[in-house]
Amino acid sequence: MNPMVDMAFLLVSFFMLTTTFKTEEPVAITLPASQSEVKLPESDIMVITLAEDGRIFFGIDSKHQRVRLLQLMSQEYDVPFTEAQVQAFSLVSTFGVSIQALPDYLDLPPSERKSVIQPGIPLSDSLQNELYDWIVLARMVNPNLRVAINGDATTKYPKVKRVLNTLQLARVNRFNLITNLEQES
Amino acid sequence: MAQVADYQENLKRDHRQPSESPEVDMNPMVDLAFLLLTFFMLATTFAQPQSMELLMPADDPEAEQQLEQPIKESHALTLVLADKDQIIWYRGITDPVVNRTTYARDGLRQLLSQTYAEVPELVVLVKPHEESTYANLVDILDELAQSELPRYALADLTQEDRNIIAPTLETI
Repeated sequence: MNPMVDMAFLLVSFFMLTTTFKTEEPVAITLPASQSEVKLPESDIMVITLAEDGRIFFGIDSKHQRVRLLQLMSQEYDVPFTEAQVQAFSLVSTFGVSIQALPDYLDLPPSERKSVIQPGIPLSDSLQNELYDWIVLARMVNPNLRVAINGDATTKYPKVKRVLNTLQLARVNRFNLITNLEQES
Repeated sequence: MAQVADYQENLKRDHRQPSESPEVDMNPMVDLAFLLLTFFMLATTFAQPQSMELLMPADDPEAEQQLEQPIKESHALTLVLADKDQIIWYRGITDPVVNRTTYARDGLRQLLSQTYAEVPELVVLVKPHEESTYANLVDILDELAQSELPRYALADLTQEDRNIIAPTLETI
C-alpha cells in the first residue's frame, strides 16, 4: 500500500501548490471561441461580465483595491458603508447591483447572496453612468488595471456596444476579450 | 539443569515479544489523503482563459479628425454582421454588388485573402447589425487578426448601409 499512499500525497501536494480556486460566478457565461493564444493576465485585472440578457457585472481582482474603490464610490454617490459591509465587499469577486442597493446586498450572508437575482450594474443611455464611475475610479485606485470583457457568446451586439462605448468614454482603448481557445478543425 | 535451560529460553522469548516493530493503522491517513486529493482536483481551475486584445481608436474629437480621412471606394470592403451567423459584404458604397457569406473557412477567410490580394490598400469596415451576437464580433475580429490585414475598423451602420443591405437582409 505504501507506494500508493506516496503517490496520493504527491498528488495532494501538487494540487495544493498549483491550485487557483474557481471564483463564484453570479451568471453562467458561455464564452465565444477564438484562435488567439494570448493568456489573460492573472493580476491587475478588471473583469466586466456581460450576461446574455444584457446584465452587467463588475469585479477587480485585488481585495485591498476593492476596499479603496468602495471608499471612493461611497464618496462619489454619497452612500455610506459600515465597516462590516466594506469587509464583505472585499471578498466579493464580482457583483451586479447598483450602488444604492449594494449595502443591503452586502448585509446578506454569503450563502444567501447566491439566491438573489442581481439586476446588473445600471447603465443608462446617458453615458455618465454607474459603470463608467466604477471603471474610472478603479483605474484611479490602480492605474495598471487591465480591462477584460467576459461576454456571453449569444449577447446581442447593441448590448456589447453600450459597454464598448462606456469603456471608450472612460478612455480605456485597449482591452481584452476573454475567449475559449478554438480547436483548429 | 534442563529446567534452568527452559527458564532461560522463556526469558529470551519474553524479551523478544515487545521488541517487534509496532503496526500503525494507516488507513485513516490514507482516507484523508484521498479526500484532499479529490477536493483539490475538483476545486482547481487549470486552464487560464485565453483572451483577445482589442485596441480601439481614442474617442476624442481631435484624433477623430485625423482618422476620418476619406477612403477610396475601391479600397473599402464593408462587412455587415447580420443575424443567423451570416455576413453581408460589398465593396465601395455606390450601387455595390451585395453578397452573402458565412464565418466558415471557405467563406470569410477566403473572401478576405482574395480581396486583399486584389487590393493591397484594402480597408475593412466591420458594421455589426443589431441582430448579430457577441460571438460574431469575436469571430470576425479573430479572423481579421489572423489574416494580418493592416487596416480594419469597427463602425456603426449608417442609413446608407441599411438601404443597401435591406433587400439581402430579408432573404436570410
